[in-house]
Amino acid sequence: MNWMKHLSLYFLISSLIIVPGIYSLARYGFKPSIEFTGGTRLTIEGTKSSPDIILQSFKEHTPSLEDFTKNSVTLKTKNISQDTAQKAIDTLKKDNPEIKITDFESIGAALGKETIKKTISALIIASIMLLLYISFAFKQLKYGVCALIAMFHDTIVLLGSFSLLGHFFGVEIDLLFVTAVLTILSFSVHDTIVVFDRIRELSHKNKSVDYVTLVNQAVTETMVRSLNNSLTIIFMLIALFLIGGETTKYFSLALLIGTVTGTYSSTFTAAPLLIVWNKIFAKNK
Amino acid sequence: MNLSKPQKVFIFICVISLLSLYLVLPAKIFNFSVPRLNLKIGNLDFSQEIELKQGLDIKGGLQVTLTADMQEIKPEDRPTALESLKTNIGRRIDFFGVSESGIKTAISGSDYRLILELPGISNPEQALELIGQTAKMEFALPIYTEGKTATEAATLSDFALTDLTGADLARAAATFDSSNSQPVVDIVFKDSGKAKFAKLTKENIGKQIAILLDGYPVTMPTVQVEIPDGRAQITGSNTIEEAKALAVQLNAGALPVPVSVLSQKNIPATLGADSIQKSITAGAIGLSMVVIFMVGNYGWMGFIASIGLVLYGLFTLTLYKLFSVFLSLPGIAGFLLSVGMAVDSNILVFERYKEEIRAGRSWPVALELAFGRAWDSIKDANTATIITGFILFNPLNWNFLNTSGAVRGFALTLILGILISLFTGIVVTRNLLRLFYKGKTLEIKKQK
Repeated sequence: MNWMKHLSLYFLISSLIIVPGIYSLARYGFKPSIEFTGGTRLTIEGTKSSPDIILQSFKEHTPSLEDFTKNSVTLKTKNISQDTAQKAIDTLKKDNPEIKITDFESIGAALGKETIKKTISALIIASIMLLLYISFAFKQLKYGVCALIAMFHDTIVLLGSFSLLGHFFGVEIDLLFVTAVLTILSFSVHDTIVVFDRIRELSHKNKSVDYVTLVNQAVTETMVRSLNNSLTIIFMLIALFLIGGETTKYFSLALLIGTVTGTYSSTFTAAPLLIVWNKIFAKNK
Repeated sequence: MNLSKPQKVFIFICVISLLSLYLVLPAKIFNFSVPRLNLKIGNLDFSQEIELKQGLDIKGGLQVTLTADMQEIKPEDRPTALESLKTNIGRRIDFFGVSESGIKTAISGSDYRLILELPGISNPEQALELIGQTAKMEFALPIYTEGKTATEAATLSDFALTDLTGADLARAAATFDSSNSQPVVDIVFKDSGKAKFAKLTKENIGKQIAILLDGYPVTMPTVQVEIPDGRAQITGSNTIEEAKALAVQLNAGALPVPVSVLSQKNIPATLGADSIQKSITAGAIGLSMVVIFMVGNYGWMGFIASIGLVLYGLFTLTLYKLFSVFLSLPGIAGFLLSVGMAVDSNILVFERYKEEIRAGRSWPVALELAFGRAWDSIKDANTATIITGFILFNPLNWNFLNTSGAVRGFALTLILGILISLFTGIVVTRNLLRLFYKGKTLEIKKQK
C-alpha cells in the first residue's frame, strides 16, 4: 500500500487535533494542582452541615470546593497550616460533633515555582539528549530532528488534551502528569526509532530505490508491529484507568493519550517528515 | 554430559527462576510453611521472608518539608547548622519510635530544607509540634541523690540549670589533640559566654558539667581546670566518628535554626491499601488481556512469550525485594507500563520472524535472523527510554532536576523494568523458543 501518497492528509489530521489543543493552551492554560501553585488541600469527614457552611468557616483562606459526599468535604485553600485548619473546623464542632480532618496536604508557593522550573529543565535536557542520541545512532541529523518534531507533536497533543480536560472537566495537572509527559517523550521516540531503524536497514539493502518508496516500505513493514505493541500497552493502561484507583487515574489517562498519539506520529508524522526533509534538502542542492 | 548452549542457558534460567520464586513466595502459604534457607549475605537474611518495602503513599503517614530559617547563621556555618538540625530532628523522630522514617536534607538556592517521611504517624499535628521546635541547649550541674544504703551507688536525679546556654556557644568541631593525637571536640564560646563559662569552671573543678539538648544530656564532661578564655576541649571520645557525632549535637545548640513547614502531606493508610488493591486488580486484568492477545496473535510462540512475561514479573519482584525498592503507586504504574514495553521486544521479533518465513526461509534460520535483526531496533528504542528514565531518576541529585520521591519511584521501576524485560524478552524467550518451538517452513512444491 502506498502510505506516503497522502502526506498532506496526515498533517491535516495532526493539525485538526493540535490546533484546538494549542488554542485551549493559549486561551485557558492549565488547571495546575497545588503542587505547582502552592496551597492547601484537605478532606474533612463527619460533616453534617452543607459544604457551603464548611467553606464559610474557611473564608479567610480563599477556599474553593473540590468535592463533597454526604458526610465529607474536600476543599482547597491558600497555604495554611494544619493548626489553622483545625481552628477553622473547631468552630463547626457544635453542629458537626464528628468532624475531623482526614487528609491534609499543604505546599509552599516557593516549592511550586521550583517544581515548574525543574520540570522545564527536565524537558529541555531530555529533548537535547534524545536529539543527540538519535542523530548519533542513525548518523544523520535529519533522523534526530524528525523524531524530535514527532515527539513535540505528541507532547502538544497531550498538553492540549489536558488543557481542554482542565477547562471542561476540572482535571488538574500535577507532578504525576509531568512524569507522564516525560514518559511519553520516551515512548514516542521509542516507537519512531523502530520505524527509522527499518528505513536504515532497507536503505543499506537496496541503494538504488528512491527514498519515498523506501520509507513507504519501512512503514508498511512496521505497521502491524506498531499496532500490536500499542495495543498491549493500551490494554494495560485502560485497565489502570478504569479500575486502578483515584490517585493514578489521570496519570493513566495521560499515558493512554500519549501512547495513541505516539503510535500515530511515528508512522504518520515522523516518517512523512523525513520525506519532506529530503525534498527541501534536494531543492537546495 | 554434553549440553548444547540453549540447554545450558535453559538450566540457568530454571535455576534463577526457582531462586526468585523462593524469594518472592511468602513464608507461609495457607498452612504450609515454605522451608527457608539458612543463609545471610550482607544485610539480607534469607532465612526470613524479605518484605516488600512500601512507600509512604501506600503505608500511610506524614510527609513534611521543613525550611530552615538561616538568617541568624553566618553563610559559612549554614551547611554545618543544617547537618546538626538533621541529627537533632532525627533524634526527636526516633523518640517517637517511628520505624523506617526517612530524613533528607536539600539545599535549593539559598533555601535549606529537611524532607521528612514518617510512616504510621496518626497524630500529625502533635508530631509536627514536637519535631519542629528549635533546639534548646543548656549547661547544667548534675544533682546526685545518695544511695539509700552505703553500698548503693548515687543516682543522677536532676539538673541544676546555669545561666550558660547554647546561645553563648559559638561552635564545636571534632579534631585530634595535638599532644597525644586523641580525638577530641573543641568548643568555643562567644564573648557573651566567656565570663559565664570561666565562673562555671572555676567553681566546679573536679565536678561534672552536663550539656543538655532539649532537656536531655548530650555529654557530661568533668572540669579539669578553670577556663578563662572560652576555649575548651572535651576529651573521652574513643574514635573521631564519636567526636564528630558529639560536635554535630553541640552545634545544634550553638547554631539553633528555627524551622517552619514548607509543605505537608498526611496520607491515611486506608487510602493506600485501597489504591494498591485496585492497582493490582487492574494489573492482573491488563496482564491477562496481554497474554490472551499474544497467544491469539502468535499462537504457540505467543504462549512462550507469555511464559517470558511471567518470569519478567517474577524477576522484577525479586529485584524489588533484593534492592529494597520502595513500592509506591506511581511505581506500580511504571511497572505495569514496562510490562507493556516488555512485550514490545517479543512483538518486534515475532513480526520479523513472520517476514523471514514469508521470504522463504526455513523456520530455524528465520528464528535466528529475527532475533538478530530485531535487536538493532530493540537496542536503540530502549536506550531512548532509559535516557529519559535517568533524567527522571536524577541519580546525581542535580539541583535543577526533579527530586520528588514519587517521580523517582516511577523512574526507577521503569528503568529496572526495561533492563529486566531485555533479559526476559531476548535471552529467555529466545532460548525457550530454540528448545520448545517447532515452526513451519513455507514450502514451494511443484504443481501436480
